[in-house]
Amino acid sequence: MNLEKADHDNGVVLRVEDIHKTYGKNEILKGVSFHIKKGETIVIIGASGSGKSTLLRCINQLTIPEKGRIWLEGEEVTHHMKEISHFRQRIGMVFQDFNLFDHLCAVRNVEIGLIKVKKMDKKQAREIAMEELRRVGLERQANQYPAQLSGGQKQRVSIARALAMNPTVMLFDEPTSALDPELIGEVLEVMRDLAMGGMTMVVVTHEMGFARSVANEIIFIEGGKILDQGTPHKLFTNPEHERTRQFICKIDELYGKTEK
Amino acid sequence: MVGKNILLIYQSIPFLLRGLVVTIGLVGGALGLGFILGIPMAIGQVYGNKYISGLISIYVWFFRGLPVLVLLFLFYFGLFILFNLNLSEFTSAVLVLGLISAAYQSQIFRGSIKSIGEGQMLAAISLGIKKYDAILSIILPQALRISIPGWSNEYAILLKDSAIAYAIGVMEVLTRAQFVATRTYKPLPIFFISAIIFIILTYGGVKLLALLEKKVRIPGYGEER
Amino acid sequence: MNTMHFITDILFPPLLEGLGVTLRLIVYSVPFGFIAGILIAVGRVYGNKLISTFCFLYTLFFRGAPLLVQLFILYFALPSIGLYLSSFTAAVIGFILCSAAYHSEYIRGAIQSIKSGQMMAAEALGMSKIQAVSSIILPQALRRAIPGCSNEIIYLVKYSSLAYMVACVELTGAGKVIASRYFEYTLVFSIVGIIYLIMTSVVTIGLNSLERKMEIPGIGK
Repeated sequence: MNLEKADHDNGVVLRVEDIHKTYGKNEILKGVSFHIKKGETIVIIGASGSGKSTLLRCINQLTIPEKGRIWLEGEEVTHHMKEISHFRQRIGMVFQDFNLFDHLCAVRNVEIGLIKVKKMDKKQAREIAMEELRRVGLERQANQYPAQLSGGQKQRVSIARALAMNPTVMLFDEPTSALDPELIGEVLEVMRDLAMGGMTMVVVTHEMGFARSVANEIIFIEGGKILDQGTPHKLFTNPEHERTRQFICKIDELYGKTEK
Repeated sequence: MVGKNILLIYQSIPFLLRGLVVTIGLVGGALGLGFILGIPMAIGQVYGNKYISGLISIYVWFFRGLPVLVLLFLFYFGLFILFNLNLSEFTSAVLVLGLISAAYQSQIFRGSIKSIGEGQMLAAISLGIKKYDAILSIILPQALRISIPGWSNEYAILLKDSAIAYAIGVMEVLTRAQFVATRTYKPLPIFFISAIIFIILTYGGVKLLALLEKKVRIPGYGEER
Repeated sequence: MNTMHFITDILFPPLLEGLGVTLRLIVYSVPFGFIAGILIAVGRVYGNKLISTFCFLYTLFFRGAPLLVQLFILYFALPSIGLYLSSFTAAVIGFILCSAAYHSEYIRGAIQSIKSGQMMAAEALGMSKIQAVSSIILPQALRRAIPGCSNEIIYLVKYSSLAYMVACVELTGAGKVIASRYFEYTLVFSIVGIIYLIMTSVVTIGLNSLERKMEIPGIGK
């Protein structure tokens, strides 16, 4: 099978195949496969420790899987650590605890990737960075340091930082889990706008309202494997496994009946 | 020829090791003097009136701002003679190193006393304990425990500073090494041996103090350091 | 002899000359010692096993042995293997090597105190490890290390006096020469002492204001 050609023809942006990852004796991922087409949003759900974050980190090789392959737009990402920078530039990542660069103000956080990695000249980088901050509604906070921003603002800056690199796909690793409840909305709104604007996104989250209204597909991971997957409608109303229903109920209890 | 040199070096080791006794004496004496002076200085700086604490601040600023070598020269060749004190090189070095160490130790203890907070003092006074007793029986036992890491650092610095007593001819490790080096024409191995002696003393002492810290630790106490 | 006359005419000219040497010792040693300290810290944290072990042993030796012993090795012992250094060069090299070891420990501690997410985020943007260390980790770590490194620089100002022990006639040495010739130890070393006090105080004030200038909300302490 010529995946490279097939992916290109079918509009598959990211293909993940049979990913295995072990920490010590603990097998976190036991053969996970999925793919995402251009403009789609996949939401990954699952209990903590189920391997969701590890899966995201495997995609841009922040964690190297022992087994399995990953393709980005038909090019293999795995086993090409020399060119990893080029892939990472095309895979935007948003972390649970923001990981904004603490010594740089908001706009410099957004432009540093352009300057250091893409070698863009400073003036152009600044223009793009301001544009991205405007997109997430933070141009007035451009000169504030991370310590001076609220959690929600930090996360929006970190989304702008990833977007500035003009990525093909965005990975979100529980982007609202570290936020106070009243700050979650502003971040989800930015993400929703992005999805509507045609960004390809893989989102690990517990926000079922977001999953229901935005996802094209939901993947439920349990014990390092995909247990269930399908459209939100299918997973919320007619999951293949009883376990999936239980999990969704529990999440609704924990995080409150979600909006809409 | 080579064999003879090795023999010379070998024979010089006991001579160097006798310097070890002197070095340990210098460090022990100076640490002790610094401790005896440093504690009341710390107390004076925290609890004393502004004249006392101002005076102590000046002392600290002076002894921490000057090089050890300059202080050694100033006291040994200058002040001690000016005041007609007939002191040996060893005693002079212990006194000068001790006066310097007092400045540093007082700041270690002061930091610890301050970190204990006013609550302990208020609780003691409210029990009717006199301020002076409260310092001795409530504040100091806690402060000294937290001071051990800082104190261990001071030991390491003082140990290395003790080599500067070479400048006034105290027969410590380095002075003896210099003697042997010029006599055997083999300075490299001799100075290396003396470096190793100091390194063992430095880390050995620090390790011992870490053990002491563990031993006198009160469960759940001082974790914030 | 008139004391004022002694101070202005006999003491000051050589002291000023010595002060010049002291300042040169400090100016040459501080930046190189600091840069070497950064390299050793980075090697210790991010280097492979060989480099990391070397950096560890380096700091172990240079922080464990007295500076004076190190200076003696450079000045008195190296000629025995055919390496002759002038007393000034030996002193500068000794100061650089020794202060690098102390700086590196402050910097290493600061590097290790930075959350791993910073490195991860930098790599996720496509930065190489070197880029991430130089433009993300170090700018933060060095700010956190400023208080420790400042202390080390102040120490160096004082310990520059040890250069005299390897025959480099700097401020203390110049004072010693005059003091023994005129047997005026108390007076001479009081004046020498005041000069050091001024130097250490000025450097302290300077470094404190640098620290304030470099301050970024949320970083440091």
